[in-house]
Amino acid sequence: MDNDIKNWYLSNFKTFESTLNGSGKTAFERVRRGAITSFSELGFPTTKNEDWKYTNVSPILKHKYNLADGTPSVSPDLIKQLTFEDVDACVITQVNGQVIPGFSDEFKQDGVIVTDFQDAFKNHADLLNTYLGKYSKFKDESFIALNTAFVENGIFIFVPDNTTVEQTIHILHLSDGAFVSHPRNLFVVGKHSSVKIIETFYAQSEEEYFRNSVSEVVLAENAFIDHLKVQDESKKSYHISNVQIHQEASSNYSATCIDLGGKLVRNNINVVLNNENCETHLYGFFLGTGTQLIDNHTFVDHAMPHCFSNELYKGILDDKSTGVFNGKIIVRPDAQKTNALQSNKTLLLSDDASINAKPQLEIFADDVKCTHGATIGQLDDEALFYLRARGIDKEMANALLRHAFMSDVLENIKDESLRKQLDDLVIERFTEKE
Amino acid sequence: MSTEQETIEEFTNSEYKWGFTSDIETELAPKGLSEDIVRLISSKKDEPEFMLEWRLKAYKHWLTLTEPKWPNVKYPDIDFQDAYYYAEPKKQKELKSLDEVDPKIRETFDKLGISIDEQKRLSGVAVDAVIDSVSVATTFKEELSKHGIIFCSFSEAVKNHPDLVKKYVGSVVPYTDNFYAALNSAVFSDGSFCYIPKGVRCPMELSTYFRINAANTGQFERTLIIADEGASVSYLEGCTAPMRDENQLHAAVVEIVAHKDATVKYSTVQNWYPGDENGVGGIYNFVTKRGICHGENSKISWTQVETGSAITWKYPGVILKGDNSVGEFYSVALTNNLQQADTGTKMIHLGKNTKSTIVSKGISAGKSHNSYRGLVRVTKNADNARNFSQCDSLLIGDKCGAHTFPYLEIHNKNAKVEHEATTTKIGEDQIFYCNQRGIDTENAVSLIVNGYCKEVFKELPMEFAVEAQKLLAISLEGSVG
Repeated sequence: MDNDIKNWYLSNFKTFESTLNGSGKTAFERVRRGAITSFSELGFPTTKNEDWKYTNVSPILKHKYNLADGTPSVSPDLIKQLTFEDVDACVITQVNGQVIPGFSDEFKQDGVIVTDFQDAFKNHADLLNTYLGKYSKFKDESFIALNTAFVENGIFIFVPDNTTVEQTIHILHLSDGAFVSHPRNLFVVGKHSSVKIIETFYAQSEEEYFRNSVSEVVLAENAFIDHLKVQDESKKSYHISNVQIHQEASSNYSATCIDLGGKLVRNNINVVLNNENCETHLYGFFLGTGTQLIDNHTFVDHAMPHCFSNELYKGILDDKSTGVFNGKIIVRPDAQKTNALQSNKTLLLSDDASINAKPQLEIFADDVKCTHGATIGQLDDEALFYLRARGIDKEMANALLRHAFMSDVLENIKDESLRKQLDDLVIERFTEKE
Repeated sequence: MSTEQETIEEFTNSEYKWGFTSDIETELAPKGLSEDIVRLISSKKDEPEFMLEWRLKAYKHWLTLTEPKWPNVKYPDIDFQDAYYYAEPKKQKELKSLDEVDPKIRETFDKLGISIDEQKRLSGVAVDAVIDSVSVATTFKEELSKHGIIFCSFSEAVKNHPDLVKKYVGSVVPYTDNFYAALNSAVFSDGSFCYIPKGVRCPMELSTYFRINAANTGQFERTLIIADEGASVSYLEGCTAPMRDENQLHAAVVEIVAHKDATVKYSTVQNWYPGDENGVGGIYNFVTKRGICHGENSKISWTQVETGSAITWKYPGVILKGDNSVGEFYSVALTNNLQQADTGTKMIHLGKNTKSTIVSKGISAGKSHNSYRGLVRVTKNADNARNFSQCDSLLIGDKCGAHTFPYLEIHNKNAKVEHEATTTKIGEDQIFYCNQRGIDTENAVSLIVNGYCKEVFKELPMEFAVEAQKLLAISLEGSVG
């Protein structure tokens, strides 16, 4: 079966290649070919693979998804509903991995490029060739290979040196129909520049589909990126995401990753601290209900001295959901004076829920401070009793405590109105059940 | 800094103090492993049929397995056909008292500071001394038998208590468990057997000294400890090995069964030859140790101090099957030069209200690598399970590595699991503080490291605690972070 589905994607690629026409001639074509060859060699991972020990991808492989074709329908009301109020944002709408110009704002700030790959291949080919595919290594990760082979229409954000991007860039990923899509992002931020990026993932209808996204994020010296991801896909969908971050000296990358939807979700976040004095913050919150499987893999590679990384992942698992957390920190031999923190806390609310946590430290330098902690527990009975004694009903008390539990993840979102809206979104989920 | 550098080097250079070879004639089986060798071992020991069958089953299973490659250690491939699987010191005659023990063996013990008779007189520790593979002296047997305690070599147990052996051997570590457990089950030469009957508190601490002696002899010890209802025992195991150029494989199996209300405490000081500073020689210590808390309120506690071996690879685990049972794991692992250690524990919570505690202290120096790998699994029916894990690593020098690979698999909502890990070096301020008070850097390091390990040392029985501190002090001579 495994080979069967692999061949399906390979034949998918042949069809895709023939539709590329003119753009097939670009220099990137060689990368695509290389990627599909890698994918063909790698196949899909199995649970024998240590990185996929707790996540069995076979449900994804049961379906033969096509790439989307034709023009998807988008309702303006929905877009309005899915964008954040009072947040000054430039919204770019992608459906099934295709940018929909009619629903995307034009970005107006001199020098800053916010565009899709179609346009970028034409007008910024040199930039794209410099960065695209250079960080996400498809040679050993089959989902990255698959994505890279199908790169056609991604989002390219380029911030030149010494530029502060005032407007938040909001990429809205939608799906329409039971398709496979391979969204791709490339964010490049120049020296002393900063940008705020929001990515949200929704379904237009409760359908089965497979989203396989890859982002490459490059921070030059002293650059700053605030990256928020909200994943609220259909409860029947499969979501695989790979984010590769490359940091140069004194840069600061801060990510908050909120996972609410999806049937099988896998997030890989890899950060390479490639020069001194970098700072990385990774925050995550996941809420599992039903039979969801939410898997968060983070990998922080301290390659150089004097860097700081901080990681906090919190999860609440209910019903028959499963959570996976794998946080790996490597401190390379020369990375002295590294300070790396990691914490993972999970609440199990049901007897059928389970969590597999694997925090890993690999330290090759002696003058470092590295800690990790993992806890697994329940809501505090005494706290519940305290609230009940004050006339708060059980449901509300439960929601309050869960809200308190996750709030130290959300409080890292600096925009108050944005934080409030996310807060409401999550609280709504708490009370939805029970 | 330069003095620190020097002291690091001194530390790195401090030699293995227990390296010597005693010249005892050894009976060797031919090199290599085959069904015939398994049969030979079994017949040499006059084993009953069931034991031979079990060995052969294990051997056949072993043939189907491949060597595991997942641990975080590197070593050249082992040629399993290039080793001796059986060696025993030439027997002189049946021994009635200690005076009849081969004087050379006695000498060996004396060098190690074990000195059977002294221990017999002073410390009240019964020693089932194992040199290579055959037990040559057993003391305090009478005293123990008064309480109905069986403490003897494994081969004796097979002969005299076949029903017990048959019932329990392989019940905790089946021969199908892993590559080395299968190998051990097929060719195990000897080991210790201990049975504490119902309601008996073992009046003394039981101890076995293992010692690899003949060159090129793989040691395949097998230990089986059974504590029946309400029984309690403290078991000590200590190892030193002579200097040798070729790597020696040590693949032991230890099985512990604790019935209702029973308590077993198993302490190890492991100081096999670690190889020289270039990593030549040294023991490969690939051990499978596991205990099962069978009945309610039972408790198994592992304490280990690992300073030796070129490669240490073991995970003493506890299966917490009985309700309210308790598992503990306390470990100090020190690696130096090119030593590698991949050690930790497995706590499998099956019963209700089960508790486990893990405290692991890793110290890496020189160019060594020290990994903690542990599993805490709480199954669906293990209500109110509780686990606390702490694994700290201390780095001495900038060429070593410390790694942590904990696995937490929790399938019950009433579980409370905590895990924390830190990696640091010895603070310069701490050293400075000691220096100021007239303690030289070398002693300061020893002091700090001993303090760092104290949590584990306090779990060791008195004699072992002293030995462990000495061992650590020797290994730490002149180390500074």
